[in-house]
Amino acid sequence: MVENVRDLLKAHEGIKREVFLDNENSTKVAKEVVDAMLPYYSQRGYGNPTLTHKPGWEAFETIMGASQKISKFLGAKILEEVTFTPGSTEANNLALMGAAFANKHKGKKIVISAIEPINVLHVTELLRKFGFTTTKIPVDPEGFIDLEKLKEAVDKETVLASIATVNNEIGTVQPVKEALDIVKDKNPEALFHTDASDAYGRIPFNVQHFRVDLATVSSYKILGPRGVGALYVKEGVNVAKILEGQIGTQKLWPGVENTPLIVGFTKASELAFQDFAATATHMRKLRDKLVDGIFTKLQDVKLNGATGDKRAPDNANISFLRCEGEALTIELSLAGVYVSSGSACSRRLLQPSHVLVAIGRKFSEAHGSILMKTTLYHTEEDITHVLEVLPNAVNRIRGIVGSTGVD
Amino acid sequence: MSRIPLPYTQKVLDLFRNPKNLGKLEDANVIAVAGNPACGDMITFYMKINDQEVIEKITFESYGCAANIATASIVTEMIKGLNVKSAWKDVTWKKVTEEVGGLPNVKFHCGILAVGAVKRAIRKYYKKKGSVPSWLPNEFTFEEKQALEEEELAKKLSKKLKAVDEK
Repeated sequence: MVENVRDLLKAHEGIKREVFLDNENSTKVAKEVVDAMLPYYSQRGYGNPTLTHKPGWEAFETIMGASQKISKFLGAKILEEVTFTPGSTEANNLALMGAAFANKHKGKKIVISAIEPINVLHVTELLRKFGFTTTKIPVDPEGFIDLEKLKEAVDKETVLASIATVNNEIGTVQPVKEALDIVKDKNPEALFHTDASDAYGRIPFNVQHFRVDLATVSSYKILGPRGVGALYVKEGVNVAKILEGQIGTQKLWPGVENTPLIVGFTKASELAFQDFAATATHMRKLRDKLVDGIFTKLQDVKLNGATGDKRAPDNANISFLRCEGEALTIELSLAGVYVSSGSACSRRLLQPSHVLVAIGRKFSEAHGSILMKTTLYHTEEDITHVLEVLPNAVNRIRGIVGSTGVD
Repeated sequence: MSRIPLPYTQKVLDLFRNPKNLGKLEDANVIAVAGNPACGDMITFYMKINDQEVIEKITFESYGCAANIATASIVTEMIKGLNVKSAWKDVTWKKVTEEVGGLPNVKFHCGILAVGAVKRAIRKYYKKKGSVPSWLPNEFTFEEKQALEEEELAKKLSKKLKAVDEK
């Protein structure tokens, strides 16, 4: 099998220009970030931050400095409100399970949107085994949560609501403040969590301003290293640990702290926030060029998600009708353009993207969807190249489909 | 289920890039479809079977992944020129999988679907003709059953998702 992958890689030889747009699933790490991380592997701060020697104290100082900075970017009051985790999957698991277990005496109902990321959806399924029930609030065709239905769903038994600030697949920016007001109005005791992984560094997001109790952020989504993220837990909110082990500086997450990754996450945050408005403008400009170009060059395409300022500036999610997504990702890869698809085949599940189904897309539209995200490091020339390659790729796959698979 | 980077073989990649016998067939006398757009996995075969019961021409269209395209393409090459009986008996999903140099486990169903569609076409041909040969079993073959199962699953899935949507 590894031999086959070598052949696949060989088929890519001779590609002159590469454009990586699959920033939903992983990213290149910014050079400045790697440079900031490297010394912490072998030169300083490589000790365990809870131990009494110089490399340990260096690590402690570094991690506390990082907590301070991430707290500031999130708008947290004190650095103890931020727990570093190995990523947003772990942060979302900790938020949902930890809050549910620690507050189960208050009620066993959970409310989420129908388009929450898998690492929220699946946790609520797991929590059913522990007696918790979950209501999924439907969304409209642009992906906005139905606030009336939310109002109906929350009651005195509701322990937790979790609604992502920006949907990771379609970029829709939820009315989180309004949703939070509705939840707290119906039940002031209910906790409110938001996965802000796709908001942090791209749209203004501040935990004080949003008044959320818990918020998840991720490093790789802002071009930091994979393997690190954080959970904000408002002071006074009870969350139980979900893993057991040696407790260090992070009271909700056991194990030895990964100082280089935490440093990388912090550096990536600094880069994302140092010129926040200009970065967002750059991403939006390239995203718009990409989407407009596709709509100009191809027929039978649909934009998935919201438009205008209620859409994250980096997100382009487009359905190509009469075109199967996995086949398209391979065709594009062979031309040096790297994207992902909401197709069932591509996801190795039988179902296509639950997000696209929830906004009312037909199966064939979901199977033919491609997700692309622009970053600070993309150029006009990158997008021009994608717009040269993409129409040919779509047309070739459509040629194979013919009239088959049109529902 | 683990997620692996779908290690397609060179043969699958070649057929994906240059599929053989692609498109509609104007003078087809049998057309058979298997799969469902809900699964993102669907194949149409167009066949011209002559009076000597030889599959003279066969083409395909595929709405599916690279494995779906490659297996449909190889099936057309394996079947073209065969008489109907040997097409029925000799072209199994295992052979199809071998011919493309193997498939990732999660993609076995693509080859199964392609062979299911061929078997469906052959049944259709005899039904149209009004005479069923003695070698043609009444009972569905493994591939036909699997194709049906996938289609049923797709239907259930559509219903389930619609129901969730309406809640």
